[in-house]
Amino acid sequence: MSSSGHFGEYGGRYVPEALIGALNELEIAHNTAQKDPEFLAELAQLHRKYTGRPSIITEAQRFSEHAGGARIFLKREDLNHTGSHKINNVLGQALLTKRMGKKRIIAETGAGQHGVASATAAALMGLDCVVYMGEEDTRRQALNVARMKLLGAEVVPVTSGSRTLKDAINEAMRDWVTNVADTHYLLGTVAGPHPFPTMVRDFHKIIGEEAREQMLALTGRLPDAILACVGGGSNAIGIFNAFIPDRQVRLIGLEAGGDGIETGRHAATITGGTPGVLHGTRSYVLQDANGQTIESHSISAGLDYPGVGPEHAYLHDIGRAEYRAINDDAAMAAFSLLSRTEGIIPAIETAHALAGAILVGKELGPTANLLINLSGRGDKDVQTAAEFFGIPL
Amino acid sequence: MTQLESVMAKVRAENRAALIAYIPAGFPSQHGCVKAIQALVAAGVDAIEIGFPYSDPVMDGAVIQEAAEISLKGGTNAADVFAALKVATDTGVAAVVMTYWNPIERYGVNEFAQSIADNGGSGVITPDLTIEESDRWLAATSKVGINPIYVVAPSTNDARLADVTAKTGGFVYAASLMGVTGTRTSISSDASNLVSRVRSVTDLPISVGLGVSTREQAKSLAAYADGVIVGSAFIKLLLAAKTEQEGLDAISHLAKELALGVREGR
Repeated sequence: MSSSGHFGEYGGRYVPEALIGALNELEIAHNTAQKDPEFLAELAQLHRKYTGRPSIITEAQRFSEHAGGARIFLKREDLNHTGSHKINNVLGQALLTKRMGKKRIIAETGAGQHGVASATAAALMGLDCVVYMGEEDTRRQALNVARMKLLGAEVVPVTSGSRTLKDAINEAMRDWVTNVADTHYLLGTVAGPHPFPTMVRDFHKIIGEEAREQMLALTGRLPDAILACVGGGSNAIGIFNAFIPDRQVRLIGLEAGGDGIETGRHAATITGGTPGVLHGTRSYVLQDANGQTIESHSISAGLDYPGVGPEHAYLHDIGRAEYRAINDDAAMAAFSLLSRTEGIIPAIETAHALAGAILVGKELGPTANLLINLSGRGDKDVQTAAEFFGIPL
Repeated sequence: MTQLESVMAKVRAENRAALIAYIPAGFPSQHGCVKAIQALVAAGVDAIEIGFPYSDPVMDGAVIQEAAEISLKGGTNAADVFAALKVATDTGVAAVVMTYWNPIERYGVNEFAQSIADNGGSGVITPDLTIEESDRWLAATSKVGINPIYVVAPSTNDARLADVTAKTGGFVYAASLMGVTGTRTSISSDASNLVSRVRSVTDLPISVGLGVSTREQAKSLAAYADGVIVGSAFIKLLLAAKTEQEGLDAISHLAKELALGVREGR
């Protein structure tokens, strides 16, 4: 990565000039903090005493019988406070917000996990918090809307465009352009203009750093493959990052195939998109011949996004990571399987990685060790899953 | 010299500001857009900005978002943008296209610049293209002789103003406030501060946009700016009109008022 925030031909900054000052300020604050032992100690302390880190690894022995007998290890980010990996990034950015002397954070959210995590960090640190959420998603994730409000955040339903995550980001950017002097945009994934892709990765790379040590201690060797779901790609980068130099470890990102790539109704940006610019960064984008963004589709609100982090685009192009699409049905089958074989109800986002593990486990067979980032828990998805499986509520 | 550069030189000689009107291609319809351009020119605007409607317009407020949505639902594509540009340039006024970056990249950077030139366009305003990402675009615009127009904001520091204006042609687009497009009841004092800071780093003409909707506002801006850009105010009138003719009459009336305003400032 260069100092201008490029990953090969991807990344960079495509934003209104009004935001350049704030992005420079943020970049400096982040770079300074990463070298400041006091900041790093404060964040580590928060992770130990608030987040619940390090997160444990659970071996999924009964699940593995359905995945070709490969040993399956789950990195339990679902056990973090607020129920997903998202807390890693929001605590880091909230600390930076205070360091920059800003009093207000804004955030976008799809599934609501990042919104809940942002509202949590704001409550903890005494910051005002406004969360933008597509109106369609407020309906799909009503429980998380209530959680954010209980935590003292204001939730603004976004009614423009497709009324999902991409439009929530548009609205958050408009707020930021207007209120940048006292507001930090707490972006929730490894996308957006530089320094966000790098900064958010830096706050999530602890996942892979812990997991690498834990796997060596547990199995005496590195895993054969690491699997994670990819919407914007924050949990995937978080677990991939420490393993990128380990060329023998396959890195596999699972995108949301929705109704199937061939139907056009999907959110598999790398698998089914083309290079372009969206939300301030150059990466793969779902777009038409005129460069208009195509609406994405997925049963999972957290993966329902027509862009993807620029580092994933780069890892794909250089062949270091591979990306596959998992359709809604396969994801929901894996959701059900993990619930019934291991007593762990995963987030529907995460279920895409589990469906990938079933495929890859069968390909590699019983000698393989697979590490899955269990990025979130499924409490928020109970209503969607009940509707899908026909369970009356 | 582009037509835009000629117009900006002419208004400077007349000791007044230029009136620049924005309208998205395909809005309120393909035909309605042609009529609107002709009405604006007849009412006395000096230059036209044709907007390329985009699915994710993060610099635009609710009014232009709605216009873009209507235009895109009508199927507006790049060819329609160039057709609207040609309608404007055929009337003799200067015309430019305003577009987010992705449609340019998707169309082909060189091809887009060429099509602007082929249709008589003077340049392109790119509100989300930073100078750091501009190498290919600057090469393409320079090759065909059109103006790359960048937007600067009240938060842009002096060093960066010098860097951005050094890459700019035609005029510098000064955003009057920190925020998105849309009419405002008053013009922020940020506007005059920004214009004087830009003056200290460049001799290029400076046009002010964002929030302008009345003759009084145009007059006050014309006291120190070389151009006054009005967009949402026209679009609001077209959205509110019950018939096409009512909308055309309304924008024509406003454009005449604004044309007086830009002549009253000094």
